[in-house]
Amino acid sequence: MGIIETKELTKRFKHVLAVDRVNLEIEEGECFGLLGPNGAGKTSLVRMITAVSPPTEGEVWVQGSSLEHCAREAKAMMGVIPQLDNLDPDLTVWQNLMTFARYFNVPKKMARQRCSDLLALLKLEDKRNSAIRELSGGMRRRLLIARGLINNPRIVILDEPTIGLDPQARHLVWQKLTELEAQGVTRILCTHNMDEAATLCDRVAIMYEGRVLDLDSPAALVASHVGSEVWEIQMNPEDRDTVLAGLESRRLDFEDAGTHVYVFHLDSGQALGGLIGDGQRVKQRPATLEDVFFRLTGRSLIE
Amino acid sequence: MKLFSWRCIRMWQRNKDVFFRLWHSEAPGAVAEPIILLLAMGLGLGAYVGLVDGQRYIEFIAPGVIASYAMFSASFECTYGTFFRMEYQRTFDSIIATPLNVEDVIAGEIFWGATRSMLTGTVILAIAAAFQLVHSPWAAMIPLVCFLQGVMFASIAVFYTSLVPAIYTFNYYFTLFITPMFFFSGVFFPLTSFPQIVQTLSWIVPLTPVVHLTRSLVSGDVHIGLLWAFGLILLFTAAFFSLSLVTMRRRLVV
Repeated sequence: MGIIETKELTKRFKHVLAVDRVNLEIEEGECFGLLGPNGAGKTSLVRMITAVSPPTEGEVWVQGSSLEHCAREAKAMMGVIPQLDNLDPDLTVWQNLMTFARYFNVPKKMARQRCSDLLALLKLEDKRNSAIRELSGGMRRRLLIARGLINNPRIVILDEPTIGLDPQARHLVWQKLTELEAQGVTRILCTHNMDEAATLCDRVAIMYEGRVLDLDSPAALVASHVGSEVWEIQMNPEDRDTVLAGLESRRLDFEDAGTHVYVFHLDSGQALGGLIGDGQRVKQRPATLEDVFFRLTGRSLIE
Repeated sequence: MKLFSWRCIRMWQRNKDVFFRLWHSEAPGAVAEPIILLLAMGLGLGAYVGLVDGQRYIEFIAPGVIASYAMFSASFECTYGTFFRMEYQRTFDSIIATPLNVEDVIAGEIFWGATRSMLTGTVILAIAAAFQLVHSPWAAMIPLVCFLQGVMFASIAVFYTSLVPAIYTFNYYFTLFITPMFFFSGVFFPLTSFPQIVQTLSWIVPLTPVVHLTRSLVSGDVHIGLLWAFGLILLFTAAFFSLSLVTMRRRLVV
């Protein structure tokens, strides 16, 4: 039995079906990724799991108890790191952490210890007495993470934890998240950063229009949807039809993306022999989660 | 309706910490204005006013000034203050992800608003006492009355806040509700000087029983009839407190 389970979980707003009958079983200690474009329903799903938004239909179970009846207990063992910065601007860095510890009823002495440890862990010791407005974007995000860990959560929920961060700051955040693994903390990560999902997650659910399209380890998703290599062919407009017809007749698995065509599940370039003429550039590269993402959710912009 | 729990104290503590961190930016103004008003109206205008029973005008208005500025404190705190925390700072969002629920947050807001009322009322009371305008030991009850009326006005304010679309909408609250009450609840003139219709209306707005109660405690004229005023305050408080819990949940939990 998973630490979190959802059964036919559904969220409907006035005219939008944000989450559509989602069944998930998240294992204790794993890093579970929710990958999907904006508006796929990731945030709505997570808000229901963290008991701040009631499901329209369906249920959430946390450690075997229905969230409907034990929301407080469930929230007490979760650490939520939101996408939007909602640090308390009326308080200093230190007060933000101490005040949050108090919401969780952490005894004062223990709270002081934890706040010091977390400031050290996220390299914010120098900012202890700073006002929130004096912090850079990266520092704010680190402080949000420190705040989310103040109750020693068993489950950490991160919504786009590295969005807008420079590579150094992102690296630090990833490192800290990996350290949580050693402590057996379950992590739920919403992201549309493919590298992040591929690097950090044990399993990834790809969400689109409120539904989970597929769920597996990043490597297995890549293997089953695109294979190990992707061949990218950049086509001349006049050769376009010939190339596409050729791929079709050879029963290759490909995707037409306008100027480019991507060929999947192909072990060697021999299968493309004769198709590629002059002026067409071919690139062979390892397949990534991003290819899976595009295959499952399409390439057009979703508004 | 869901009830609040003891955890509302956590929200109260958060607001208290912020207030004492930034008190110098807000508190002196909140106290200076009523003192100026008391002296200007009481001594300036008072020189021209002769009350029937020979009471000095400044003595007449002192209890009303205590009551109405206690009202202002809770009202500002739980309109602009609450709206700011809720909409601009997203403070409530972060707190309801912890073991506190919406009702705890809202009750904490209301009790903090009431605490602001009590602080303001107590400071003005102390100054009025220093000017020898307080004549009865019953006045020691006034901080409690300020807290109670603070819960009432904070609840009304939070209820209104739960409905407003934008911060500008608070102008209506103050120009159409708070300010008229300030003038028509017996703070500056005895209610009997108004036409009958205004008198009747006065008795159904929440500041009137508060002014009545405070005035009796300052003068020592305490009698069983005051239970009426007390009951009215309790009634308003119970109604708007529970309403605000319901409407705030509707607004915040989507």
